[in-house]
Amino acid sequence: MLSGTVVVAASFAYLLLLFAVAWYGDRRAEQGRSIIANPWTYAMSLAVYCTAWTYFGSVGRAASGGVWFLPIYLGPTLAMSLSWLVLLKMIRISRTYRITSIADFIASRYGKSHLLGGLVTIIAVVGMVPYIALQLKAISSGYSVLTGSDDSGVFPFAASSWFNDGTLYVALTLALFTVLFGARHLDAAERHEGMVAAIAFESVVKLLAFLVIGGFVTWGVYEGFGDIFARAFANPELAPLLSLKTASSAGYGGWFALTLLAMLSVIFLPRQFQVTVVENVNEQHLRRAVWLFPGYLLLINIFVLPIALGGLLYFGRGTVDPDTFVLSLPLAHGERALALLAFIGGLSAATGMVIVETIAVSTMVCNDLVMPLLLSTERFKRSDHPDLTGLLLGIRRGAIVVVLLLGYLYFRLAGEAYALVSIGLISFAAVAQFAPAMLGGMYWRGGTREGAFAGLLAGFVVWAYTLMLPSVAKSGWLDRSFLDNGLFGLEYLQPEQLFGLAGLDSISHALFWSLTANIACYVLVSLARVPTGQEATQATLFVDVFSRGQDAPATFWRGSAQVQDLQPLVARFLGAERARRMFESYARERGLARIDELKPDAGLVQFAETQLAGAIGSASARVMVSSVVQEEPLGLDEVMDILDEASQVRAYSRELEEKSQALEEATAELRAANERLKELDRLKDDFMSSVTHELRTPLTSIRAFSEMLLDDPEIDLKDRMRFLGIIVSETERLTRLVNQVLDMAKIESGHAEWHNTDIDMRELVGHAVETTEQLFRDRGAVLELDLPDQAPHLRADHDRVLQVLLNLISNAAKFVPDDAGVARVRLSCEAGQLRVDVSDNGPGIAPGQLGVIFEKFRQGGDEHSRPQGTGLGLPISRQIVEHFGGRLWVQSRAGEGATFSFVLPLSPEAGDGPDHAMT
Amino acid sequence: MMRRGLAGQRLVAAFLGGALLFNYPVLSLLDRSEPFFGMPMLWACLFIVWAALIAVVAWIAERGAR
Repeated sequence: MLSGTVVVAASFAYLLLLFAVAWYGDRRAEQGRSIIANPWTYAMSLAVYCTAWTYFGSVGRAASGGVWFLPIYLGPTLAMSLSWLVLLKMIRISRTYRITSIADFIASRYGKSHLLGGLVTIIAVVGMVPYIALQLKAISSGYSVLTGSDDSGVFPFAASSWFNDGTLYVALTLALFTVLFGARHLDAAERHEGMVAAIAFESVVKLLAFLVIGGFVTWGVYEGFGDIFARAFANPELAPLLSLKTASSAGYGGWFALTLLAMLSVIFLPRQFQVTVVENVNEQHLRRAVWLFPGYLLLINIFVLPIALGGLLYFGRGTVDPDTFVLSLPLAHGERALALLAFIGGLSAATGMVIVETIAVSTMVCNDLVMPLLLSTERFKRSDHPDLTGLLLGIRRGAIVVVLLLGYLYFRLAGEAYALVSIGLISFAAVAQFAPAMLGGMYWRGGTREGAFAGLLAGFVVWAYTLMLPSVAKSGWLDRSFLDNGLFGLEYLQPEQLFGLAGLDSISHALFWSLTANIACYVLVSLARVPTGQEATQATLFVDVFSRGQDAPATFWRGSAQVQDLQPLVARFLGAERARRMFESYARERGLARIDELKPDAGLVQFAETQLAGAIGSASARVMVSSVVQEEPLGLDEVMDILDEASQVRAYSRELEEKSQALEEATAELRAANERLKELDRLKDDFMSSVTHELRTPLTSIRAFSEMLLDDPEIDLKDRMRFLGIIVSETERLTRLVNQVLDMAKIESGHAEWHNTDIDMRELVGHAVETTEQLFRDRGAVLELDLPDQAPHLRADHDRVLQVLLNLISNAAKFVPDDAGVARVRLSCEAGQLRVDVSDNGPGIAPGQLGVIFEKFRQGGDEHSRPQGTGLGLPISRQIVEHFGGRLWVQSRAGEGATFSFVLPLSPEAGDGPDHAMT
Repeated sequence: MMRRGLAGQRLVAAFLGGALLFNYPVLSLLDRSEPFFGMPMLWACLFIVWAALIAVVAWIAERGAR
């Protein structure tokens, strides 16, 4: 046993240390060098979730229910993995609209309603009272275990009357510290850097203390996990604890209910909202907290079952309260320092919870319950209060004390009858009632004020009837008879078996009925009417928070107020100096030198309202600002008009975007077409100049020889014959040229005539070779023929294909060297096509010329050595082959001859096309 | 933005996986009387699954930060 003085002194020393941490945190914040602006501190501050319940109660729970302490920590782990969706949105909404509590959140979402804010506040206060009682009970019972219950050192715990009950003093001490931590001065954003630093610090302390005790029990008292579990397995009383089914009667449904409950609690507990959302410095910190906080929960739970089993093995069942094993085990082994450390850890967990929870609840009480009431009284409105900061602080401090005293009252009423965890679960079930209105408000636009109010009220009433009242009744403060016989003796109204629903544990039972009533009322009442203008406005602001700019919340009402009216108003609640600084910085942001220059527009009103919202809640801020603002609140129709306009504008802009895109595409197409036209124009010019050039050459010689014949009748017959021969051949050349040009033009314009028949290519190639044999013979060259035995028939224009063949073969004949020329025509049959290769051993084609020779009027070879030709043969041949769906190409290397090849498909697509029909 | 959306979807998938593993009927598979390396099967398995879930979530969240 330790002396009470030592315990009290150590406790105060620890609280002072916490206070020093908070003071340091505040000072650093003032200097702009925040110590909480990092993800680790943020994650540690979230661990305020672990209270004396975790520290003492989990062990007690494990001692009676084995692994059943775990759902309370598995739920938050699951919830945190969804936090990137849910919490991030809550943080963004709260930051954008200066929301400082859950009551404010719900009130603000459903049209800045006082009524809703008040109801949420009442639920939060009533719901949190058992939870705070739990902390008081933990500290006081911890103290009595540590000092021995008959010890009457400083705090006489055994005393029966309230004025010398130590727990009362514990409550008052905690109230004092909470006031010091959280309600020393007012902050427009309700942020408490020092408090967060202290909370993060106490999270580390409680974790380390618990791990030390766990380590001591596991390895100090026993010989590791294996030893403890082996003994437990061997003990017929303890073995059932190790299985889920045998440890509790709640079953898997109860397990699921607890997990769900914990999931909702970690988001909607007022203190979790405070640290997670309000005190969040940077949204990115959430990224690390997503896994660090669950990791913390895992660590702090590892030793819970070993300590519980160790305690049960050591003390046996029924002698020592399992809730205090953390203290009694070290004490029983004479480790008094260790026991004191364990107590400090538990104190740490309890104070952390009490401080944050009461600050959060007091903010609600002040902003959403007391201020609206005050503001609605005529006397308050008329009276001239220059500065209300003192009043605000007073209300908050009062609220903190009252909440703690309520907790003490509950502790006196019902605390003794329940284990720690059972008390805590009652509170969890209460905050779960916030879930439908909060989540619905964040993701559903249809929720209305009446819907939210009905849902919350129904859920709260069912919760109070099925959980809260039975807990008080079981402690003997109420007549128990309604528990067993139902209200007014009606069987189906039994609080713990509502409508005869049996087989569930009390928590699952209450959770089921309260959430069912809550959700049903919320949805059905919401669906009864269309949201009003202000509800629709707020719904849009909340649901679409990510798609809006963070800096410019839309103003859906018109109004204007002079800065001379607004500044004193803000000053009344935040202090004159602070208000002046705020307006100055607002003016600076607008690029103005002085406050007086601020324009009395809606933006200014919005600014003032947002600043006030932090201090007195959004609903009250609304009322206060509208008292000095000449505004015309917009009716539903007008808001709908604005929304309609907005959506119309959006639709127009989308249309415009589409059109401009189409326009761009059209422009690109036109540009390409223009390029093509320019190119064609250039080609036409080239063509014309080439044609005229080609025509001029034969014409010149015809004219020259004709003139000679005309001028000189004395020319002898031999010369005359020669001249006339030249004239005839040049005329023939002209005719050929003109024919080919016409041919080319016809093919290109698609007006050519095609007479498709079945062609035997063997015969056709043979015919072509026969026709050109004389050419080769004249030049002393050889033409070799390589035909397959059989070739499939082809559907094409006989004359045109022959034209191609003749062109290629005669080209070969022109280019082979004199007297040593060898040309070769080869016909082969490939997959679905016929291929003809015409090769020669002429000079070949230079690589640069390969592409050029298929262009009009371009011939291979150099200017002087090349044989006569029109330069249209190959282009026409290529056109013909391509018309039948084939391909004409050349392979050659300079000096090694050339091979012209073409393929024609056996089933030409173009052959049956429209060209075919055209005659 | 793309990456952020992906991380969000992964976290939802991790949540669904965790919700499946921490509840009936998967939980009933782990609830056996024989010891697991000298420890209660259910207790050990719950902590292992829990730790694995945290590791997965950490991987997703921290990876998304890059």
